[in-house]
Amino acid sequence: MEAANVQEIRALISRHKLMDQAFTLIGILAMFVAMITLVALFVDLVIDGAPRLNLDFFTSFNSVRNPSKAGILAAWVGTTLVMLVTAFTGVVLGVAAGIYLEEYAPRNWVTDLIEINVTNLAGVPSIVYGLLGLGLFVYGLNLKNSVLTAGLTLALLILPIVIVATREAIRAVPSAIREAAYAVGATKWQCVSQHVVPYSTAGIMTGVIIGMARAIGETAPLIVIGAVAFIAYLPPVPFTGEPPAGLFDWLFAQFTVLPIQMFNWVAESRSAYHVTAAAAGVVIIVMTLAMNAVAIVIRYRYRKRIKW
Amino acid sequence: MVAEGESMKSDTSTVARPVASAYNFSMPSIDTSAAAAIKTSSLKAQARDLNFFYGGTVQALKHINLDLAERRVTALIGPSGCGKSTFLRCFNRMHDLYPNNRYEGEILIHPDNVNILGRGVDPIEVRMRISMVFQKPNPFPKSIYENVAYGLRVRGVKGRGRLDDKVEEALRGAALWEEVKDRLQDLAFNLSGGQQQRLCIARALATDPEILLFDEPTSALDPIATASIEELIHELNKKVTILIVTHNMQQAARVSNYTAFMHLGELVEFGDTNIIFTNPSKKQTEDYITGRYG
Repeated sequence: MEAANVQEIRALISRHKLMDQAFTLIGILAMFVAMITLVALFVDLVIDGAPRLNLDFFTSFNSVRNPSKAGILAAWVGTTLVMLVTAFTGVVLGVAAGIYLEEYAPRNWVTDLIEINVTNLAGVPSIVYGLLGLGLFVYGLNLKNSVLTAGLTLALLILPIVIVATREAIRAVPSAIREAAYAVGATKWQCVSQHVVPYSTAGIMTGVIIGMARAIGETAPLIVIGAVAFIAYLPPVPFTGEPPAGLFDWLFAQFTVLPIQMFNWVAESRSAYHVTAAAAGVVIIVMTLAMNAVAIVIRYRYRKRIKW
Repeated sequence: MVAEGESMKSDTSTVARPVASAYNFSMPSIDTSAAAAIKTSSLKAQARDLNFFYGGTVQALKHINLDLAERRVTALIGPSGCGKSTFLRCFNRMHDLYPNNRYEGEILIHPDNVNILGRGVDPIEVRMRISMVFQKPNPFPKSIYENVAYGLRVRGVKGRGRLDDKVEEALRGAALWEEVKDRLQDLAFNLSGGQQQRLCIARALATDPEILLFDEPTSALDPIATASIEELIHELNKKVTILIVTHNMQQAARVSNYTAFMHLGELVEFGDTNIIFTNPSKKQTEDYITGRYG
C-alpha cells in the first residue's frame, strides 16, 4: 500500500472516531441529567424530612392538630398488610396464568387474543383499576373499603406485570431441558413443577417484586376505592381484643397507606405538615429501593447457579 | 422448534472413497440377504410404512420401513434435512410435544407387538420404555446424583438405598462413575462437555430402557470425548438396542451393526454396515458415502 493511501485511511479513521467521542459526551450528559435529578430529589426529601425521621414517626398515628406529632403508624401497617394481600393474590394468580399460557394453552386465536389483552392491560391507567375495584369488590362483593379490597385491586394492577414476567422467565428455559424431562417419561405437570418453574424462579420473583414496587406507590386506585385519609387505629391483630378478633378480621378493616398519607399532608395548608410529607416520601422511596434490591439479589444468586 | 436442527455441515468431505477396509469392523456374522437384513427372531422394533408430517402438512418422512435388531446398533445416516432425526424422534414420540405434528403408519415394539404410534398408546409410556440422548448435552441444573435419579423418581422409585444403587449402576454403565463418585452432589454444569453427555447417557440408562436413541450424541464434543462415547455405545449394545443418528460416517462405520441411508425423507438403503460401506447396492448411497454430495 502506498504511503499516501495510509495517510488517507488514518484521516478517515480519526474522523470516524470523532463521532465516537461526541456520542460518549452526549451519553454521559444524558446519564447525569437522569441521575442528578433523581439524587437531588431524594436528597431534598431527606433534608426536608430529616427532623421527623425518628422512631416516634413510625410508632404514632397521624395528628390533625399537631404536625410535629403526626406519624405514619397506620400508614405503614396499612401498606404492609395491603402488600401482603397483593403479593399473595398477585403471585398465585399471575404465576398460574403465566404457566398456563406458556406451557398448557393451545396455540390458537383465542390464546392470541388473551395474550394481546394481557399485554395491553399492563398499560391501563391505574385509576381505571380503582374503578374496577370499586365496582367489583366494594359494591359487587360488598367488601367495603377494606384492606382486602385494596389488596385485590392492586393485585389486579400487577397481574399483567407478573404474567408477562412469568412467561418471559419460563420461555428462557431452553426447550432442550423440557425435552430432557419429557424424554425420561415426565408428565407435563412434572416437567413444569420440577424443572421449568424452579429454573425460572429468579425471573418470576423479579417480575413479582417489580410489580410490587409499582403497587406500593399507587395512590389513585386506592383513593377511588375509598382508603381513609385519617385513621387512628390499627387493623385487629388475630385473637386479641374483646371479643377476640378472628384470624382474618384484619382483612376487613379500614386502612390507609403511605402514599395517601403523604398526599394528604402535601395538600395541607400548614407548612409544618410538608416536613412530615417529605419524611413519608423518604420512607416510601426506601421501601421501593429495598424491594428492588431484593429483586437484584435474587436474580444474581440464581444466575450464578443456572447458566444455559 | 423443528427436529432438524442440523446446522452443521456434513463432514463427508473427509471420507475419501469407498471406505470399507479402512475401518475395523468387529461384528457378529449376520444374515444379510437383501430382502430381510435381520432375522425376525431377533427383532426389537419395526417401522412400517411410516409417514410423518410437521405441522400437519410438511411431509418429513415418506413410507419408511425399517427393522431394528435386538441388542444391535443401527445407524441412521444421510445429508442434513433428510429426516433422520425426525425418524429417531418418532420412537419416543417427541413430536407430540409440538402442535399439529402427525404420524401415519406404525412402529411396532417387540416382544409385545405394541404400535407405539397407536392412538391408545400414551407417549409417556413409550418414553418410559425408550430413552433418548440428545445432540447437545442437556443435563438439568441439579446435582449429578439428581440428574441420574430423575427418571427413577418419575417412576416413583423411593428409598435412598435403591436410588443409590441404581444411580451407581447407571453411572458405571455410562463409564462416568470413577470420575464423579466423590462429588455426586456437585452441579452437573460443572462437568466437562463429554462428561455431561455421559451423564445424560447415565440418565437414560438408569431406567433400564429397551431401546436407547442417540441423536448425533457427539456432534458437540471434542475428538477425545467422542471416542469415549463411541466406545461406550459399543459396550452398551450388549445390553440394549441402540438407534443412532450420526453425521459422521466413520462413526457409523465404527459403532453400528446396521446402517440405514436416508435421503429427502425416504429410506434409500438399509443393511449390514459392512455391506453398506463396502458394496452399497444403490448409486445414491455410494455417492453419499464416498463424499460426492451431502
